[in-house]
Amino acid sequence: MIRVELRKLLLRPRTWVSVFLLCLLPAIVAIFLHISRVGPRPGEGPAFLSAVLGNGALYPAAALGLVLPIFLPIAVAVVSGDAVAGEAASGTLRYLLIRPVSRTRLLVAKLISIGAYVFIAVVTVAATAYPVGISLLGTGEVVGTTTVSGTPLTTPQLILRTVLTVLYIGWSMLGVASVSLFLSTLTDSALAAALGGLAVLVTSTVLVALDAAASVRSYLPTRYWLSWVDLFRDPILWRDVERGVIVQAVYIAVLLGMAWANFATRDVTS
Amino acid sequence: MIVTRHLTKRFGRARVVDGIDLDVREGDRYGFLGPNGSGKTTTVRMLLGLVYATSGEIEVMGRRVPRHVRAALAEVGALVEAPAAYGHLSARANLDLVDAAGPSGPGVSRTNRTTRINEALEIVGLAGVGRQPVRQYSYGMRQRLGLAAALVRRPRLLVLDEPSNGLDPQGMREIRDLLLRLNAEGTTLFLSSHLLAEVDQLCNRVGILDRGRLVAQDDVTALRAATGRAVVRVSNPAFAARLLDGKIEERDGDRLVVSGLSVEEVTSLLVAGHVGVLEAVPERWTLEDAVLALTSHGSDRVGKPEPEEAR
Repeated sequence: MIRVELRKLLLRPRTWVSVFLLCLLPAIVAIFLHISRVGPRPGEGPAFLSAVLGNGALYPAAALGLVLPIFLPIAVAVVSGDAVAGEAASGTLRYLLIRPVSRTRLLVAKLISIGAYVFIAVVTVAATAYPVGISLLGTGEVVGTTTVSGTPLTTPQLILRTVLTVLYIGWSMLGVASVSLFLSTLTDSALAAALGGLAVLVTSTVLVALDAAASVRSYLPTRYWLSWVDLFRDPILWRDVERGVIVQAVYIAVLLGMAWANFATRDVTS
Repeated sequence: MIVTRHLTKRFGRARVVDGIDLDVREGDRYGFLGPNGSGKTTTVRMLLGLVYATSGEIEVMGRRVPRHVRAALAEVGALVEAPAAYGHLSARANLDLVDAAGPSGPGVSRTNRTTRINEALEIVGLAGVGRQPVRQYSYGMRQRLGLAAALVRRPRLLVLDEPSNGLDPQGMREIRDLLLRLNAEGTTLFLSSHLLAEVDQLCNRVGILDRGRLVAQDDVTALRAATGRAVVRVSNPAFAARLLDGKIEERDGDRLVVSGLSVEEVTSLLVAGHVGVLEAVPERWTLEDAVLALTSHGSDRVGKPEPEEAR
């Protein structure tokens, strides 16, 4: 079943179109930076954009920072919202279930396929941003690769930290995915499930910025999203990254539990 | 093959299926009849473990559903309402994906998957389909693909919901012949339909559902029982009418419907009176009569409520 879900994911044109679009945004930004050489001032604008002007090797991290707030969550919410609801709407869900496939196994396979999508997306964005960054923004021979804190960074260190970033952002996106996957088991409308997931994120983002909601801030799903920047400090500032991992883990566990409880016991009438 | 005991399903306060006791035996061509909205599809979904019963028991292939639904469905092929497939994939890719999703069983393995898929496509008349995605198929082709999907695992029990939907008369005939052949080879058929003609031509046993209740379950021949009246065609209807004075209930040209007398009595009376008898048979209920007598209007007919005085 897992192999079947992965095949379905990879055979679907939508998967590759969305990944291509995700890679396109950082490329467009890089072209503008290349032409104008005007970056946001340090400390302003999306993370790292000021740093990459002098060094394209940091561009993968900057590219992830660009797609993280909006485009990546949208893509993930659409894919995971479609996971069960889309099959229900097209009627293929009932044919899978009477094949017979156990509902738990189907849900696990869906989850793994969403996980695969998240990592394909994140890794592809990072991987395509590297050549783009190097070719358009230079290798930073003048400045040298540095951390946000200003200390130099060797190439193995840079690779390790970029990999950690990919993992951290992938994990955060699984949080998004679990919201939409849960909603996807509630409704037969893939659109409703995807939008519902996004509504949760928007709400969370608004509350994070709201001082009046300070008491719940640390428990919001998007609170630690941007903490991956701390991976590029020297030394790495682990505190917020750890908290981010734990908060997402709780959301993922609870929502997947709810998704399973709902899906395993509900009537499939679509 | 299918046994239910007091199977009931409630959606909110509505009893969609109300205490039905189905009994489908091995080798049956069982027709599950009922007007629209009488609970046929909900029952089929419960048999397949898609919808959970509110109360009652279900046994499919000797195994309890939904508890052992995976074992129960291993040798069942089904078409539930409309067929469904992934539109961007070809027919073969669709069958391959769904087949790979489930467990293997007797005669069903990964190694013979391609053979089985080709066989199924051949049987339903889709052997020539190429790499064209299902999105571009006509409704009839999708229906055939749905049937192929039900047949890929060489099932011993076929549960089909309106299998001839979207097919032209030739296609319906073809599918009917196919189902009869499969049945002759040992496949039990459970056919849910509101098309009387289809069930009449195909089935040897029927269950009739009305507003969630099973109002009849019997052999088709038993439902087509004699009405107690005789039908005769005669050479001289006017004279025959005088001979059978008072016994004739309907008269249509040379065809007379006689009540109160057996076929033998009518014939000997007419022969004694020198009336030529072209045909004399006992009148039988048609399946349609039986069904209409046992069921009410479908739920899709929403008439005006009757005025209070009329009740």
